[in-house]
Amino acid sequence: MAEEKIYLYPVWLRIWHGINALLIIFLIATGISMQYANPEYPFIRFDLAVSIHNICGVLLAINYVIFLPSNLATSNRRYYVDGLKNIGPRMMRMMRYYLTEQPKKKPSPFPVTKENKFNPLQAMTYSIVMVIFLPLVITTGLALLFPETIAKEVFGYSGLFLTALLHSAIGFLISIFLIVHIYVCTTGKKITDNFKGIITGYHTNH
Amino acid sequence: MECHLPEITHNSHMKIYIGGLMVITLTLFFNFPIHSQEVVIMDNEPAYFEDNKHCFQCHGQRFYTYENEFTGRIERKAMNPNLIYDADEFYSGVHRHFSCTDCHSPDYEIYPHDTELRFEEMFSCLDCHGGDPTWKRYNFELIDDEFHKSIHSPDHIEAFNCWSCHDPHSYRLKTRSNFSTREIVTYHNNTCKTCHDNPDRFQLISEELKPSLEQIHDFLPNFNLHFNAVRCIECHTEPEETMWVAHNILPKEMAVRNCVECHSTNSRLMSSLYKYQSLENRRERGFFNAIILNDAYVIGANRNHFLNVASLVILGLVLLAMIGHIILRIIK
Ligand code: HEM
Repeated sequence: MAEEKIYLYPVWLRIWHGINALLIIFLIATGISMQYANPEYPFIRFDLAVSIHNICGVLLAINYVIFLPSNLATSNRRYYVDGLKNIGPRMMRMMRYYLTEQPKKKPSPFPVTKENKFNPLQAMTYSIVMVIFLPLVITTGLALLFPETIAKEVFGYSGLFLTALLHSAIGFLISIFLIVHIYVCTTGKKITDNFKGIITGYHTNH
Repeated sequence: MECHLPEITHNSHMKIYIGGLMVITLTLFFNFPIHSQEVVIMDNEPAYFEDNKHCFQCHGQRFYTYENEFTGRIERKAMNPNLIYDADEFYSGVHRHFSCTDCHSPDYEIYPHDTELRFEEMFSCLDCHGGDPTWKRYNFELIDDEFHKSIHSPDHIEAFNCWSCHDPHSYRLKTRSNFSTREIVTYHNNTCKTCHDNPDRFQLISEELKPSLEQIHDFLPNFNLHFNAVRCIECHTEPEETMWVAHNILPKEMAVRNCVECHSTNSRLMSSLYKYQSLENRRERGFFNAIILNDAYVIGANRNHFLNVASLVILGLVLLAMIGHIILRIIK
């Protein structure tokens, strides 16, 4: 099949994505360093980790505020909205493809096109991460930055403790997402194809 | 003689198992009492309530009146603020069953007081509490030793004594009573702040003018959060395993500045403030709840073992799946 390039990632999306990725990597590194702080094996000096984490967290929040309206205002929105339509059966179809058809090198039932850049699994994961995980991690993070805003007790549990627990749990899930996300992105025709795509804007179809 | 041991059947296994479970559950939820009997009875009529009224009549208010014997007039005067004692506070304190003249000269009963009385030597804590088994669990002798090693010791500051921090007229037991950790923190920190955040009192013993506490501690992120959540002594003393309140205040150069001393699983808070808290919680809420209903969150110190294991398992599975996939990709 001839190589075909489709312009899928507009400039604003690429800038957002780059900044987002960098910030999240810093946040994960400093977050892990604080959570598993150990006087004998300091990974990142604690006070430094706190400052970096706080600054990156605030920047991430600002960056998210850019992502959301940009998506609503541009046609990029439809990849998420349309991508989620009839999501259950379509996800099952995609799984069947991965398990039985892809090993036989059959074509994907959801090829990447200008109209449909995400397969159902991508649509689902990206939506969960962007619409549930990121807002949760950002709001709990901001709340921890201003702990006086947190309810002292929620159903008898310490509000601060619950907020912190939720924050680190979601942080963990985002880290897992990141690992899987980067790995899945290596599954293009060439390992680097997708990474080039999110930098240049053009997705390569083979 | 033939001896018949009871046969262990499936049924008796079950009983042993259930019995064992019950014993374990009971031990976990058993409320370990950490308060032995109250030494001071707090809910009865103070022993010298009527006698003391005479003193509180003047020393319990901002203004007092007396009859001037020379002029025959009734005079109304402002009481020296340092000599005003709130009667309610006194009767909520540990010395509530005392008569004022147990510690102060009986000559004070006469007004105007003899001016020389003010030079009378005051008792120190150990004069009454030292060497007495009744007070053993409060560790007065140990506290005295620690105090003498501390930066507050009279070797450094001559005028310093127990009363500089503990007002015997209102002293209450905080750590050994039903107060939340927050209340204990506030109470203990206020004790330090009476001088360290109050130039008038600080300059009673020092020529120096101190910068504000917030300026001194500007290296702490979120000063207020730290000050409301932990006690000054957490960083300014060497933790003392046997004492709730360490008294060996270290020179400021030796105070903890390294975040991870608290923010790690080996947190030094565990040997002081939170040791008390977790004992207290276990007493009130049972073992499991004490672990889940943690009042405070200390980054790095509050690690939930279960979540730690769960996250490692999830991470492991994800990595395994990825490695499996990579292998398949290479083979195909
Ligand atoms: C080093 C880190 C990262 C790399 C190398 C990377 C790589 C990529 C690549 C190659 C794509 C295009 C493929 C596709 O459309 O599926 C992409 C898209 C995307 N990535 Fe990432 N990513 C990283 C971090 C992140 C993080 C931390 C998040 C969110 C928390 C994220 C969220 C997304 C989203 C939502 C898209 C789809 C954007 C759209 O087309 O609307 N990425 N990423």
